[in-house]
Amino acid sequence: MTHTLSVLVENKPGVLTRVASLFARRGFNIDSLAVGVTEDPTLSRMTIVVSAEDTPLEQITKQLHKLINVLKIQDLDPKEMIDRELVLFKVNAPPERRHEIIEVANVFRAKIVDVGKNSLTIEATGAGDKLAAMEDLLRAYGIKELARTGKIALARGLKDTQ
Amino acid sequence: MRITGAEALVQSLQAEGVEVVFGYPGGVALPIFDALYDVESPRTILVRHEQAAVHAADGYARVTGKPAAVIVTSGPGATNTITGIANAFMDSIPMVVITAQVATHVIGTDAFQESDTTGITIPITKHNYLVKNSAELPEVIKEAFHIATMGRPGPVLIDLPVDVSKGELTFKYPEQVNLPGFKPTYKGHSKQIKQAAELIAKARKPLLYAGGGVLGSGAWKELKELAELMQLPVVTTLMGKGAFPEDHHLFVGMPGMHGAKYTNYAITETDLLIGVGVRFDDRVTGKLAAFATKAKVIHVDIDPAEIGKNKAADVPIVGDARNVLSVIVAELRKMGAEPRTDAWMRVIDDWRNRFPLHYHTGDDVLMPEYVVERVRELTKDRPTVICTEVGQNQMWACQYTKIREPRTWVSSGGLGTMGFGFPAAMGAQIGRPDYLVVDIAGDGSFQMNSQELATVFINKIPVKVVILNNGILGMVHQWQELFYDKRYASSILGQESPDFVKLAEAYGCLGLRATKPEDVDAVLQEAFDYDGPAVVDCRVSSEACVWPMVAPGGSIDEMLGGIPGGPVSDMLDEELLEEVWE
Repeated sequence: MTHTLSVLVENKPGVLTRVASLFARRGFNIDSLAVGVTEDPTLSRMTIVVSAEDTPLEQITKQLHKLINVLKIQDLDPKEMIDRELVLFKVNAPPERRHEIIEVANVFRAKIVDVGKNSLTIEATGAGDKLAAMEDLLRAYGIKELARTGKIALARGLKDTQ
Repeated sequence: MRITGAEALVQSLQAEGVEVVFGYPGGVALPIFDALYDVESPRTILVRHEQAAVHAADGYARVTGKPAAVIVTSGPGATNTITGIANAFMDSIPMVVITAQVATHVIGTDAFQESDTTGITIPITKHNYLVKNSAELPEVIKEAFHIATMGRPGPVLIDLPVDVSKGELTFKYPEQVNLPGFKPTYKGHSKQIKQAAELIAKARKPLLYAGGGVLGSGAWKELKELAELMQLPVVTTLMGKGAFPEDHHLFVGMPGMHGAKYTNYAITETDLLIGVGVRFDDRVTGKLAAFATKAKVIHVDIDPAEIGKNKAADVPIVGDARNVLSVIVAELRKMGAEPRTDAWMRVIDDWRNRFPLHYHTGDDVLMPEYVVERVRELTKDRPTVICTEVGQNQMWACQYTKIREPRTWVSSGGLGTMGFGFPAAMGAQIGRPDYLVVDIAGDGSFQMNSQELATVFINKIPVKVVILNNGILGMVHQWQELFYDKRYASSILGQESPDFVKLAEAYGCLGLRATKPEDVDAVLQEAFDYDGPAVVDCRVSSEACVWPMVAPGGSIDEMLGGIPGGPVSDMLDEELLEEVWE
């Protein structure tokens, strides 16, 4: 079962190590991790995607809570969250196929951010399934390189993630 | 006034009321030791190995409830503290460890005696700090002591680069901490507490299961009040020894791998297990699926991560043991609850009579259990702290001592650290100067930190080490005998080397030896009366095993050795059991 944890932490050196090593020590693989400062510059939000059963996840959440630099942890409900990821695809694009690839990008409301002699770099944002679909289509042209930010997420509407 | 970081550290320790620093200097720690040189308090005890400094602080904290400080140098000084810190972390013992560090501008360059101390110690500290500038120091130290002692206690480490301890600051010790991420829950949930009280009032076969958390929170008075009010039998874990007087009629021993059969039967048969400050450790539970299966479980702990970790709780209560127990007692009083454990106690006493702890004695051969019994009897009338090493010596000490006062038992629980007892005894003696402090030791464990004989001699710390010298790594040997086809790989030490009497004398301590049962009283008495540190080399049988024993992974009511009996389903006296339900 995949969980999206939104973890509010103090924006201090070493906090990432503390959080990451807790997962590692208990044998969990982090699927994705995104960290950035919040509206309050003394705080950062980590969005951690992890596959785990409920019981071990509960234990790791409790252990995370014990870290002095961790202020709040939320296991976001997939139905009640907005999640996004940004992906950069560098795709093989000989001049004769550029047009086709730009079409694909347009369909997904992605942007062309760089044009090379034989490549196009596309910036796409969205939820996981959309990006997966896009990656699938682009694979036909040959993906030379790919970088993704990892998922970031917030609870919907009035539900305050903080 | 501007003072140096090192001076600020010393003044902060004074502000925290720290009485003693256990330490060992080195290059980048020199500014700190220089600042300690001029002060009366804290007193600095120079150890002979940094691991011993941490164990000493650990022993001090166990007998006083207060944290001591450890100060060591960078690199090897810091890495030598690791075992001690891990031990304190596992057993939730408060302390602040200050490791010196290379100057900030060379951190990360593999400078001489540099190690990534905060990196290494993340998993074994409650929290740690790398201080980057002198002005932060007072706040960091304030936070460190707060974190070490509040909530579930534990070790906190401060890594202090040499330029930070030399740099200047205007010193003002903060009065408060600002730690939004650290707010331990002290008060239990009132609804849960009420539910617990109702279960306790109703239960016919309840059992209190008390651990180190009771000692950590200072809840022994409340524990006794609850036990006596409802006449609840009490078992205490290795970490909880002393939380309940062991000569009390409601005391039912230590559960688990080397618990008495009657203790493990009681756990297996109870219908309400009231865990207070315990973590359902595997050495207590044995096979979890067979542990206390007839019982509803109330679990009180200040650490929410402990509740439900190993055994699911029917009534989980997050809170401080002292606070929660006193509210449970008040609730029971309000309900007018009456004790109804008469018949249940008769069931337990029947087991106690049929399956007592026992060992075989010979006329000539000195049995280790006998030595522990004599230590118990000869210290009966004087305030005594008992420390142990780890292994068979520790289990016999658990079985054959009677600890009657809280915080007079010092033993490495979770980590099982050989070499712990002697330096811990050193710290315990400093914490309780008026007490007789005895370390019940094994010859293997004692050799892991015997260099501290110099420390105790020079500092006039009159601890008594009673070595159960069987010439083997006894617990390893026992497992090899039982589970490895008597193939005693790397477990034979030999009783002759070292000569512990000469070793003690070489350091200026008193060295004595007992080889026969009739020697024991005289040499123990001489050691206990001696005005200084003493080592008693008791040449005991190497045949002795710790009985009874739950095989690893086995159910705790099915024990090897001891008086034949078990599982509990076959051991119940039907007539007595009937009475429980009348």
